[in-house]
Amino acid sequence: MIMNEEGKKEQTVSGNELGQGSTPTGPTLKEKVRKKEASASIGKGTFEEEISRRSFFSWLTIAWIAFSAATVAFFAMMMRFMFPNVLFEPPQSFKVGYPKDYTVGQVDVRWKSKHGIWIIRSPEYIYALSTICTHLGCKPNWLENEQKFKCPCHGSGFRKTGINFEGPAPRPLERFKIVLADDGQILVDKTKIFQYEKGQWNDPESYLVV
Amino acid sequence: MSDKKKSNIFQRLGESQVWKSIIRSGIPRTRRQRMMSVLNSVFLHLHPVRLPRHAVKVKFTWCMGGLTFFLFLVLTITGILLMFYYRPTVEYAYTDMIDLGEQVPLGIMREIHRWGAHAMVITVWLHMFRVFMTGSYKPPREFNWVVGVILLTLTLLLSFTGYLLPWDQLAIWAVTVGSNMARATPFLGHEGPGAALLALGDINFVNIGSDVKFALLGGRFVGEAALLRFYVLHCIGLPFIVMILMAIHFWRIRKDGGISGPT
Ligand code: HEM
Ligand code: FES
Repeated sequence: MIMNEEGKKEQTVSGNELGQGSTPTGPTLKEKVRKKEASASIGKGTFEEEISRRSFFSWLTIAWIAFSAATVAFFAMMMRFMFPNVLFEPPQSFKVGYPKDYTVGQVDVRWKSKHGIWIIRSPEYIYALSTICTHLGCKPNWLENEQKFKCPCHGSGFRKTGINFEGPAPRPLERFKIVLADDGQILVDKTKIFQYEKGQWNDPESYLVV
Repeated sequence: MSDKKKSNIFQRLGESQVWKSIIRSGIPRTRRQRMMSVLNSVFLHLHPVRLPRHAVKVKFTWCMGGLTFFLFLVLTITGILLMFYYRPTVEYAYTDMIDLGEQVPLGIMREIHRWGAHAMVITVWLHMFRVFMTGSYKPPREFNWVVGVILLTLTLLLSFTGYLLPWDQLAIWAVTVGSNMARATPFLGHEGPGAALLALGDINFVNIGSDVKFALLGGRFVGEAALLRFYVLHCIGLPFIVMILMAIHFWRIRKDGGISGPT
């Protein structure tokens, strides 16, 4: 809306045209404000005297404090609300069958999508490798012909042991706690993580001798 | 201007009780009336009552802010339409999305929403670039620049949350990668700097089940809960905040003396 033509009509507009006749009569806004300020400064001396200990803890004050506290508490509740107690995710600790179910030298992919692990049986022991790429968390694929894990997202490559050798991944894949349960099955616990670069792959819980 | 009859009809309309009670001012003929019609409209009162000539010069503003706002409106309307067909669950999300393209009449609605989203990201950046090149971020407009930066961030977050909803491989892994970056947020991400300090003995307060990534996904990985959270954020949470901030943004332009001028 550009208003550049100075219409002659403008000068003839009278105040009562189409509801615009509300030119304020009586004191202008400025005058009113000035009056208010003046009366406020008169009361100033008494203002401070009025606050005694008794009046400070008036019911109204208590009510306001309670209301503020409740509001703060509610914000805390909102935060907590976003963290559920029960997750509808596969359990972190689970059994994956007997050692004889796994062939020596094979990368077993049957638990990949459900539990996010590969079970690998080397001649000496069995270990559980995390399927989460240490770059930014995609799921690499096991390529049998090339004998490596290859991540489709940015091309990181890992050896069968989990050691990284190509692409942007900064460190080897993680291993999980693996032990024999009482019934002779293999028990994997994903809450306990073993990282190669921290020397944790020597930990006896990070592999299972069979 | 083929006059007298027409203006008579409009005049009578403009003076009727119904018109006056809703619109207040009549047909804007004079400068004052034009101002009143802007001031009296709830939609237009965010807008300055009068503009300097340069403010509507496409050469100066590129109309990039205006285009961004237009795209936001398009995205709001098409987005609401998509919500009538799309169900944010692992079972249905992907097939509903395919269905929107192949079975629902005018499947182009989904394309408009997607291309519009790409376009809006581009126009926001160009708008910011324009504001920078014309020096319009300088006082008194520095606060509106800050509002703008928040709007930019929210626009990108809208893109990010919307990206997951088709629930195809690209969506899932892109959001996996994107949300894994949140692990490294200072103090709030469990792998971020400072997170280890927030611990009592053996107990880490910021761990894999309590950090920002978890709050965002509602779980340890991109799954059912993440899809629902992203859906709610994308359709309600973020647009709500964006609308409030846009109102502030536009109102501030007026309060900061209108669009800056060429120097
Ligand atoms: C959702 C995103 C945004 C929308 C819808 C939007 C909308 C607008 C509109 C319609 C204008 C009027 C002038 C024009 O069209 O260029 C404007 C001006 C302005 N915008 Fe934005 N904007 C957005 C994001 C941003 C961003 C990212 C920045 C910078 C960080 C920003 C900073 C400003 C400033 C400082 C002005 C005043 C410019 C002047 O006076 O010349 N805005 N905005
Ligand atoms: S996430 Fe695997 S290479 Fe980037």
